[in-house]
Amino acid sequence: MEVGQLQRSFVEYMTSLFREGFLDAQFSQLQQLQDDSNPDFVVEVVSLFFEDSERLLNDLTMALDQPNVDFKQVDAHVHQLKGSSSSVGAQRVKNCCVPFRNCCEEQNTEACLRCLQQIKQEYLLVKNKLQTLFELEQQIVAAGGAIPMVQ
Amino acid sequence: MNLGTASSSVSWQSSTNDRVSDMQFPAGLRVLLVDDDPTCLRILEQMLRKCHYEVTKSNRAEIALSMLRENRNGFDIVISDVHMPDMNGFKLLEHVGLEMDLPVIMMSADDSKDVVMKGVTHGACDYLIKPVRIEALKNIWQHVIRKKKHEFPKDKDFEQSTSLEDGDRQQKPQDDVDYSSSANEGNWKSSKKRKEEEDENEDRDDTSTLKKPRVVWSVELHQQFVQAVNQLGIDKSKTLLFLHICPSLGEHSDPVPVLAEGSRYPFELVEIICGGMKWVEMLGIIPEAVPKKILELMNVPGLTRENVASHLQKYRLYLRRLSSVSQHQSGLNNSFMGHPEATYGMSSFNGLELQALAATGQLPAQSLATLQAAALGRSATKSAISMPLVDQRNIFSFENPKLRFPEGQQQQLNNSNKQINLLHGIPTTMEPKQLADLHQSSQSFVAMNMQGNPRMQQNNALLMHMSQQQHPSRAQMLNETNNGQVSRPPLSISQPLSSNGIRGPVYNQVSQASSMVDFSLNQNSELQNNGSPLVRSNSGMSTLTSKRIISSDIKGSRGFPPGYDIFEELHQQKSQDWGLTNVGSTFGASTDHSSIPGTLDVSPSMLVQQGISSIKKNGQNGNSHISKVFSSREESGNVHPMGGGPQLNLIPGGNLLNVKSEQLPDTSYQNTFFPDQFGQDDLMSALLKQQESGGQVETDFGFDGYSPLDNLPV
Repeated sequence: MEVGQLQRSFVEYMTSLFREGFLDAQFSQLQQLQDDSNPDFVVEVVSLFFEDSERLLNDLTMALDQPNVDFKQVDAHVHQLKGSSSSVGAQRVKNCCVPFRNCCEEQNTEACLRCLQQIKQEYLLVKNKLQTLFELEQQIVAAGGAIPMVQ
Repeated sequence: MNLGTASSSVSWQSSTNDRVSDMQFPAGLRVLLVDDDPTCLRILEQMLRKCHYEVTKSNRAEIALSMLRENRNGFDIVISDVHMPDMNGFKLLEHVGLEMDLPVIMMSADDSKDVVMKGVTHGACDYLIKPVRIEALKNIWQHVIRKKKHEFPKDKDFEQSTSLEDGDRQQKPQDDVDYSSSANEGNWKSSKKRKEEEDENEDRDDTSTLKKPRVVWSVELHQQFVQAVNQLGIDKSKTLLFLHICPSLGEHSDPVPVLAEGSRYPFELVEIICGGMKWVEMLGIIPEAVPKKILELMNVPGLTRENVASHLQKYRLYLRRLSSVSQHQSGLNNSFMGHPEATYGMSSFNGLELQALAATGQLPAQSLATLQAAALGRSATKSAISMPLVDQRNIFSFENPKLRFPEGQQQQLNNSNKQINLLHGIPTTMEPKQLADLHQSSQSFVAMNMQGNPRMQQNNALLMHMSQQQHPSRAQMLNETNNGQVSRPPLSISQPLSSNGIRGPVYNQVSQASSMVDFSLNQNSELQNNGSPLVRSNSGMSTLTSKRIISSDIKGSRGFPPGYDIFEELHQQKSQDWGLTNVGSTFGASTDHSSIPGTLDVSPSMLVQQGISSIKKNGQNGNSHISKVFSSREESGNVHPMGGGPQLNLIPGGNLLNVKSEQLPDTSYQNTFFPDQFGQDDLMSALLKQQESGGQVETDFGFDGYSPLDNLPV
């Protein structure tokens, strides 16, 4: 595929991600932070996010699996997830955190499990999307093109 | 101090002004970033780098703290997350603020107001909500400038203005960071102005010109400072030593060497100087420790009042944190009850009561002193009030033992029970049950940590009630003023009272009083309406609302016999501060008043003064003010709130003190001066003195929201 096409696909894809709420303005901020001295900044941060989120989701699964659920701990995990997802711009993941925290406050294990399920789904979705995005970027770079900025 | 870790930092340290005027400024600002979230940590690091700051990051607060300690001058500002696994962000904030006095910015994904408030009250210079935008970070250098400015001797040419920006900034840190940053990004001067204005908002007198040398609080200087502070409050607060173990100090396990050069508030230093938490507590309560006086005492050339003021503020903040933490841990009650010194609070409480009760001017200072001493010595004296209410008269005479009718019984009581002392002032005509009620109330106050208000109210009610009972005329007065609250419904206090640990039998006897108390017991609204102190419940009501009510009642009860007002206030304060339960008990306590917190020796005038001023000042402020009053009361010795000196007469027939006197203070009370009425030089001087000092008594307890410097006279 020629560079131009790749770039157009990239822009379209990125735009759709914003439009569908998978990503928000914060992600654009990350893109702006990337520069020559930190050329892989976005990938680096997003990778950190993936690692951290998977760890948190595992912790959440375990915590909610306990006979006596420690809701404070669950809430702490969700809070952390909220912080990191909002920092990378994973909007839909972040949005799942708010009701999740409410369920923790209510100490409703069932509701929490449902929230956890939803957040896992959202996470996997955004992970998928971002990975696709990065692949597109790599293709563009491999084809010699520059990655277009999308707001 | 200037380790010169980097050229930019050297210039930054040595002369902020130079640094500021440097074209590169604020580039090179050395930021310490702490966040356990690796994603956020990386993002923020990158953002800060984009701002041309030097970033050091850490995902562990402990590591960050040790980095700061190793290199005290290696950083200009700290940015920390609130929720971290190893250390609470607020703890870190306190440590940094005290030890290194660096500006700290808190951040969190949590934007709930209470958390933000917590950050602000803990001394964070800013609070950022995640996700943090780079614009928010671009202006963090302002905090550094601001902090440094406070270090410098202030200049007089600051601008006084109430900038909306400042106001907004103070209230909505995270929002305004963005606004202000975008507004001021290119305008350093306006930022400086804003900072100056903010300084004023923060109770700092002048703005520094950034030209004068930074004041370094060396070990010696800090020691001098602490000595001066102690000295100022020493007479009053010496008894305030509590054995609070500060958990935050406990966290500091590594033996940090005594102040390295440039450090400010090392925990060790606090401990060394203060001999442990005791002093920490005490210092927080010293009302006399105002910057001006501290400065005078210290007598350090080149040191300005502003330097001392800012240092003092930090210190108080620190003490507050510690005391609030230790309060949780040990409980005020325990500290109070468990330690003689702790009876300070109780003393104050009792003292107030005594004062209120005691005929104005009739209570010899000596007896008051004795009472106070007794109160101090008394530790958990709840059971003290066991004096049976045999005979009202006897009780009263019993109560006046020192004053007038030295009797064996009385003497005993006086000697053994501070409470008895308290009763000195109580008109002997007061019925035993009234006294008992009071006693009980005071006891309940004691029992209830910091619950003063409700108790106070009760006590007041009881007192008033008692007075009423004793003196029909007074009762009339009371009735008039109390809008009929004084009428006594059948007392059922006994239960609540006894539940407080106050002697049960007393309660029973004090049927009337108890009914009064009951009546008042949940009659907060009535209280407000009627301003009748009587309407307070005896049983340890510890409702904050009642406190509020009391305040308003006090105000409202201006028309009431002074005694009532005073009682109320005293009680309120007492209970607030010390949760002393013996307020009432001292009164009625007829005999045992051992439980009476020995506040007698607190100069009534002082206490009242304090109370009055605080009430006046604070009107509706609840505990904090009242507690202030109380503490001041403690210190000032017995201030007899009852201004009606002249009115205090021995009722013919002896033991009865004119209840009226108790109620007298109203006018004087209201005027915050009882000079004429009291006819007691010591009271007057105490009052005057208190007024002078602004009657700022700070209590470590329940200090919520109280800004130590707010009341510091400039």
